[in-house]
Amino acid sequence: MNAPAPVTAQPGPPLWLLAELTYRCPLHCVFCYNPVDFAHTPDELSTDEWLRVLREARAAGSVQCGFSGGEPLLRDDLEVLVAEAHRLGFYTNLLTSGVGLTATRAAALKQAGLDHIQLSFQDSTRELNDFLSHTRTFDLKQRVAAIIKDNDWPMVMNCVIHRLNIDYIGEIIDMAVALDAEYLELANSQYYSWAMLNRDQLLPSREQIERAERITNERRERYGDRIRIFFVVPDYYENRPKKCMNGWGNVFLTITPDGTALPCHTARMLPGLNFPNVRDMDVKRIWFESEGFNRYRGHGWMKEPCQSCPEKEKDHGGCRCQAYMLTGDAAAADPVCDKSPRHDVVMAAVARAQSDEVVVRDIPLVFRTPEESRRRPVLAIAPSADPAHEPR
Amino acid sequence: MNAVPEIRPEMQPRVSRKFRLQWEDAQQAWVLLYPEGMVKLNQSAGEILKRCDGAHSVDELVADLERTFGTTGLHADVIAFLAMARQQHWVEV
Ligand code: SF4
Ligand code: SF4
Repeated sequence: MNAPAPVTAQPGPPLWLLAELTYRCPLHCVFCYNPVDFAHTPDELSTDEWLRVLREARAAGSVQCGFSGGEPLLRDDLEVLVAEAHRLGFYTNLLTSGVGLTATRAAALKQAGLDHIQLSFQDSTRELNDFLSHTRTFDLKQRVAAIIKDNDWPMVMNCVIHRLNIDYIGEIIDMAVALDAEYLELANSQYYSWAMLNRDQLLPSREQIERAERITNERRERYGDRIRIFFVVPDYYENRPKKCMNGWGNVFLTITPDGTALPCHTARMLPGLNFPNVRDMDVKRIWFESEGFNRYRGHGWMKEPCQSCPEKEKDHGGCRCQAYMLTGDAAAADPVCDKSPRHDVVMAAVARAQSDEVVVRDIPLVFRTPEESRRRPVLAIAPSADPAHEPR
Repeated sequence: MNAVPEIRPEMQPRVSRKFRLQWEDAQQAWVLLYPEGMVKLNQSAGEILKRCDGAHSVDELVADLERTFGTTGLHADVIAFLAMARQQHWVEV
């Protein structure tokens, strides 16, 4: 027999550093993954503080660096940060809606050593795009796509898919091909933060998903090697949860605009966890020693049915935030799992998605705006069996 | 079955523009970086790829490896690896 594994093996380095530079954003996406209380966030880290974070993270072994937000282009020190990340040996990625990327700025970013831009589109049909992002930005994105190509960056597009745009998936793929995208990620919205508030309007029906998969496969055949398309179904339609963030505190390190270090974008919602701030603690210590990052490493924290489950290595019990949001217990099995005693919560949302009730009921979408955010108390998502139905 | 692209001894492979090859101290390994992703290479893969500079032929590359590691008979392994690497678009010839 093998020797038993140590309870907490020394984790590897934080290979992926996500620098959320700002929560400011000109768009107001209804599926935004920023916290719903983002408007309460205190001061953003300064340029010098970010430079220090980059150095410390690189020293701790980070190698991929993503600059995101909000809209990272709203930071006018972005070029300085990219240049330092590049100098340190990071592979640098910019995750942007494209608003604010002029030819001049793109040239400066290229000069600074930016390796890659991921451009997100909400949709290919202008009206829907404007409706869903609440601004008129579609033409601009087409211009930005051209700028990306002119600078010889790989063209990677991302479009969040949901109930309101999934029926246009063929058009979205055609548009990506027309823009010479090499990769297209069509990931269904995940139900956190703003998307959780809007879940009933965003969760597609089974029929919609099947149709979208069929169309995606047809397009894959048609376009062959010209484009690689990734289609991700909502985990609500799976019977096993995703291996969230590839394991808690395993490869991903997110730094929020105010310097809080998190194992994923949304972990701040979890109760009773103190996540360190890079203003107070070195990245290496944060990653290896802080209570917040160690809390859900390994399997010691698990409850049944996960603790004795033969599949626990595969999915680590799923997502802690989803477990907390849907069951009120952050150490429970992710209720997407059909072994979870609270799988019914997911099934109920899925059942609602099969009817037209949502449309008929005409529940208003909640747009991600500073005004909406300020109306919400800090940590607005309280544990509840069904937060989407809390009074708004 | 997929046809594996042929690698001939006089070809001069180079790491594809779409990837960046670099040594990572923290992982004690060569890695290939690409948009939002990374391939961690084992030692022999790293040693082969770092010699793929577009200026040296497969034959020269094998000779250099055999000299460096004081061994012989690496030809077939190197060719097999390069065929796979080409299929993965890591190298161009
Ligand atoms: S999801 Fe939309 S609103 Fe949220 S940060 Fe991205 S572009 Fe801005
Ligand atoms: S019971 Fe827990 S560990 Fe087992 S498959 Fe479900 S979520 Fe994963």
